[in-house]
Amino acid sequence: MTRETLFNAVLGLGLFAFPLWAWWAEEPFMITLSTRVVILALAGVGLNLALGLGGLVSLGHAAFFGIGGYAMGILASHAQSYTPLMEFPFVIEGTKSMPVIWLVAVVASALAALVIGALSLRTSGVYFIMITLAFGQMLFYFAISWPAYGGEDGLSIYVRNSFPGLNTLDPIQFFLICYAILGAVLLLSARLAASPFGLALNAARQTSERVETVGIRPYRLRLTVFVISGMITGLAGALFADLNRFVSPSMLSWQTSGEIMVFVILGGVARLFGPVAGALLFILLEHVLGGLSEYWHIYLGLLLLGVVLFARGGVIGTLAGQGGKHG
Amino acid sequence: MSLLSLTNVSAFYGPSQALFKVSLRVAEGQVVALMGRNGMGKTTTVKTIFRMLPVAGGELLFDGHDLRRLASHRAAKLGLGLVPEGRRCFPNLTVEENLIAAARPGHWDFKRVAQLFPRLEERRSQSAASLSGGEQQMLAIGRALMTNPRLLVLDEATEGLAPIVRQEIWKAIGTLKHESGLAILVIDKSLKELARIADEAVVLQRGETVWHGPMADVGNGVAEQYLGV
Repeated sequence: MTRETLFNAVLGLGLFAFPLWAWWAEEPFMITLSTRVVILALAGVGLNLALGLGGLVSLGHAAFFGIGGYAMGILASHAQSYTPLMEFPFVIEGTKSMPVIWLVAVVASALAALVIGALSLRTSGVYFIMITLAFGQMLFYFAISWPAYGGEDGLSIYVRNSFPGLNTLDPIQFFLICYAILGAVLLLSARLAASPFGLALNAARQTSERVETVGIRPYRLRLTVFVISGMITGLAGALFADLNRFVSPSMLSWQTSGEIMVFVILGGVARLFGPVAGALLFILLEHVLGGLSEYWHIYLGLLLLGVVLFARGGVIGTLAGQGGKHG
Repeated sequence: MSLLSLTNVSAFYGPSQALFKVSLRVAEGQVVALMGRNGMGKTTTVKTIFRMLPVAGGELLFDGHDLRRLASHRAAKLGLGLVPEGRRCFPNLTVEENLIAAARPGHWDFKRVAQLFPRLEERRSQSAASLSGGEQQMLAIGRALMTNPRLLVLDEATEGLAPIVRQEIWKAIGTLKHESGLAILVIDKSLKELARIADEAVVLQRGETVWHGPMADVGNGVAEQYLGV
């Protein structure tokens, strides 16, 4: 067992044990805080596939996070107001079922990622960053000017959506749903990184020209991972909106894209559990420093500066040593 | 019928013409040596075949397909395998991962590559960056074989290697010729080894094919005239 595997196991078990303790100690806020870590980590795992494995510095991942959020918000708001989403040419009703909402969120995010990726991946470097940012901002301003779904004020959902056989209003049960999804996505992410697809993508990140001579088309690989990445981040968005029972254009803002990227960089780019460690650290800082000062982002900025300058492997790289491609 | 055929191919690096009239043929199962002094266009010819450099003129066919119309990855999928100059393995991947990343279905798999180069089996979990030059070269050949090519292009495969490692590489190339029947286009400076393995030779001078014929005839004044040997 490598140090990184050991660290990942401790992190995963710790993240599972803490809310169980909070449940036993009757501290629902701590459970909600843990759920937030898990959901944001999920969004980071999505970005980490594109950034860590594919080398795609996307500043537009909030678009998928927001699409997931709005998928939940729109479907649930129609269900709670008993109005159909669409009446012509056929009737589409809203829903409060989490699995259906997740499916819609994932499919909508995949389609958006396909379009955004197909266009953005024709560029590289700073142009790629700018185009993904531009797409994200387009959706942000679209959401602001969409009065049917709350415009700038966003959409509130009165009751959390349902999951068969579970009481999602119970914080620990909702946490367990999110934790199970994070676990499944981490497993998928690890399998993907070790698969011929993941290895070819990793090789393409190192050098495009060389992989072409062995018959690999980097564009297709990158587009595929961008879509998968968008789907995961979209799913995280749907869960995040369900956690808060609220969705607003801020989920689509470039600051959100930046925060998701911060989770990945803080935890360790291309490290399987990097976004988990990053999201945990971020929420801890927000909770601890945010209680001391309104300007806690200054300290976060300093920490990020320190990580980029002195600990480029992030938290996991520093604690577990060299390596990283989801190893 | 030729598997690979270049007829009067010309190519440029920006405004500078590097290839003028390069012509060569490689038939199925044949080993052809591409020879010439330094800077005469051997690697440029390889880059042109693999579409890393656009073809300015002439005809470039692989198994009847016009390579000028194909992207690099499509040419590779048709069955062109490259062992590039300077090895160029994927440094962050392990030996096994380098091979898996390039794998396509066919005769060659990890087991067969490991039989050809037992050292790769020993180093399978080691990162490519940590291998010796000879091992990296074996990996580069193995990676090209994992694409299950019909034609293998070896660009300076033994350059800068210790004599004992070079022998190992030449032995493997010999095995490829005699046991797998793979067509090979080989670029190397070792006339002695090329004479042992190649069927035909093509000599380039200033980006132009100046001589081609049986490898056995290279000794009859060709080497002195064009290769300075």
